Amino acid sequence: MTRLLGSTSLLVALGVAIYASVALMWGARRKRTDLLRSGELALYTVWGLVTAATLSMVYALVSHDFSVKYVAMVGSRATPLLYTVISLWGALEGSILFWIFVLTSLSALVTYQNRQREGTLVPYAGGVLMLISTFFLILLAGPANPFGLVSPIPADGPGPNPLLQNHPLMAIHPPLLYLGYVGMSVPFAFGIGAVLSGEIETDGWIRLTRKWTLVAWTFLSAAIVAGMWWSYEVLGWGGYWAWDPVENASFIPWLTATAFLHSVMVQERRGLLKLWNLNLIVATFALTILGTFLTRSGVLSSVHAFSEGPIGRYFLAFIAIVLIASFALVAGNSERLRPTGSLDAAVSRESVFLLNNLFLTAFTITVLVGTLFPLVAEAIRGVKISVGEPFFNRMTLPICAALLFLMGVGPALPWRVATRDVVRRQLVPPAVGAIVGLIASLLFGVRSPYALAMFTFGAFALTANVREFVEGTVARRRAHGEAPPIALARLVGANRRRYGGYLAHIGVLTITLGIGASATFRTEREATLRKGDVMEVGRFSVRLDDVFYRQEPQRDVMTAGVTILRGTREVGRMEPRMNFYPTSEQPVPTPSVRSRPAGDLYVNLQAFAQDGSTATLRVIIEPLVPWIWTGGMIVCLGAIVSLGGGRKERAPAVARVRTAAPPPAPIGLEEAAG
Amino acid sequence: MSSVQGRRRSALVVAIVIIVAAFGYLLYGGIDKNVVFFLTPNELLTRGSAAYDVPVRLGGLVQPGSVKWDADKLDLRFVVMDSGGQSVNVHSTGAPPQMFRDGMGVVVEGRYHRNGTFESTNLMVKHSNEYRKPEAGGRPQEMYRSLQKGAGT
Repeated sequence: MTRLLGSTSLLVALGVAIYASVALMWGARRKRTDLLRSGELALYTVWGLVTAATLSMVYALVSHDFSVKYVAMVGSRATPLLYTVISLWGALEGSILFWIFVLTSLSALVTYQNRQREGTLVPYAGGVLMLISTFFLILLAGPANPFGLVSPIPADGPGPNPLLQNHPLMAIHPPLLYLGYVGMSVPFAFGIGAVLSGEIETDGWIRLTRKWTLVAWTFLSAAIVAGMWWSYEVLGWGGYWAWDPVENASFIPWLTATAFLHSVMVQERRGLLKLWNLNLIVATFALTILGTFLTRSGVLSSVHAFSEGPIGRYFLAFIAIVLIASFALVAGNSERLRPTGSLDAAVSRESVFLLNNLFLTAFTITVLVGTLFPLVAEAIRGVKISVGEPFFNRMTLPICAALLFLMGVGPALPWRVATRDVVRRQLVPPAVGAIVGLIASLLFGVRSPYALAMFTFGAFALTANVREFVEGTVARRRAHGEAPPIALARLVGANRRRYGGYLAHIGVLTITLGIGASATFRTEREATLRKGDVMEVGRFSVRLDDVFYRQEPQRDVMTAGVTILRGTREVGRMEPRMNFYPTSEQPVPTPSVRSRPAGDLYVNLQAFAQDGSTATLRVIIEPLVPWIWTGGMIVCLGAIVSLGGGRKERAPAVARVRTAAPPPAPIGLEEAAG
Repeated sequence: MSSVQGRRRSALVVAIVIIVAAFGYLLYGGIDKNVVFFLTPNELLTRGSAAYDVPVRLGGLVQPGSVKWDADKLDLRFVVMDSGGQSVNVHSTGAPPQMFRDGMGVVVEGRYHRNGTFESTNLMVKHSNEYRKPEAGGRPQEMYRSLQKGAGT
């Protein structure tokens, strides 16, 4: 019954989605309101049908209906409810279903929000979104059908992939990632819609597009940081980023979206980079589809694995269609995307944004090439290779240093032209900050040139961004006599896009500090201990107390109980464990992490003797790692602050602050956002 | 005015070409230096002296009876073999994965040295999603029983 409801809904949704895209686009072209109206209804209907299918799947999972193929693949009676529900995105078919659910929900939301909008931009965008939906519904109807019939019906299933049911972050990371990935379809649809409707020559569409890019970017940022956190908490290696293709797949579109969020300001303020921005939107969308292809087709384990399953070919064909169709559209309209302004001076905020885009593009290409090179080499030369981490680190660290530097220069420079005086006045404090950062890191014993560059430029950018808040607050305080917290709140509230952006910078810098410190000052030791033995790691001593076994409904658990001492004083007990799931021979490591602002103590159970007499422990002191997670939250907070800002609210606000600020006023008050 | 703009424009194009070329050169050189080949013991040995001291991922099976693990020194030695009967001695520091045992598929990251030992920096067990019945004594409950008896394996 559930099976029938689910598969029928998806099939009908496919037909309706095709109709919706045709009706919306044809109606927009012919200005036929009756068609537009019915296309819009069809779009909502697709959302309703997909929602019904998704709910059917959740119901089937929760009720352990093993006649449904997907449930038989990932379900198990012993799995706790939370992990049963989230196994919706635990394997290929379910994740595609979840994807289309998010996509149609966003389509319905965007269409509803903008239903009163004049012009044909929104119908065209809706049509594009329905075309994308059609692709995913075809996948679900054919090669990735989750509602297939299983016969005979098994009594129980294997349960989700052990790695996915070992930590609650798996309930958070994938939905965030999908909201980020799928969210990038909306700016793409607006971009294509703007070209098709002719609105490309006006400014309205870019504001909508920027807003939705920022929404998707926020989710994607949160997803990347949550993924790092998950990797740190579950894989037992004490790291959080390994330039693994799966990680890169989420990071590459983040880079292009970040580039867009900066260069779009140049378009809004100065009428430049219009063609470039549209290309960035298209590239970001194509890269999210490429990322899904990489992570979901099996191509990573072997180029030949994906040709065995049909799904990879569908994706490749779809990516080809998207790229050819959109670049043809963009190229055909390039005359209408000519700049309406000009670059007035080499030293100005817009030229910093140009450089920022140059480096972000170089970053994107580097990671993309490093990720795809092994696939190409295997396909062409038949050799299995991988591109080592040193490639990524050596290539990207100089780019990161340059971006950090620009992050400090950008907020300090005004639009159009920066005179020498302005440059001097604005860049001296960050330069002092940079020197302080350099001296401090030398005193802490940093010697690696890369790390020194990170800390120095990081301090430079941090000074520049924090200074914006301080100066603005001081200026308000002088002008209005407001108490500092109120002055700060009003400052940010009056100019949310600008200060949200600076806050996001501060978040990125916090992450940089966490990564720099944990990469530079990590202390690690591994030892085999008998009960009662103590090992010393840095300031801590770790004593093995016991090794014990426990059975949980869905898994068997081996735990090492250890006591942490500083000197002779006991400061805590930790229980690193190894979880054994019935589907996997290999246990899932579950390190124990004791987190303090200054850093983490990370204890992983590497191995144990079968008689329980000894355990091999890896103990790592990881300075400032929690700052990475905190920094991720600051980035998202900054993005949310920035989202609330619109053009209308800002114009008078700027004027008010400008009159309020006495002459050596923050030059940047000319405003980052447009 | 227009000739100035034209000159500016061509200078910009030249600058872009130079930047792109330099970046492409850096990328190519960077990849070329950091490519890690995935080899079987047979492929590693047929490379002769070209196999020494470059990062390699060695894939194969753990030769039965070859595992020597010194828990106190964290010293692990074993032999990786392929189906053709070729084999390579591997040395690594650190505990082997818990379920490490004869005949299992492994991928070892490291460098092959002239003394004929592959020095491993990272030891990975080949992930297999297929369910295999645990061997007798291999299930945690059974380990626990032996653990309570204090008998060992």
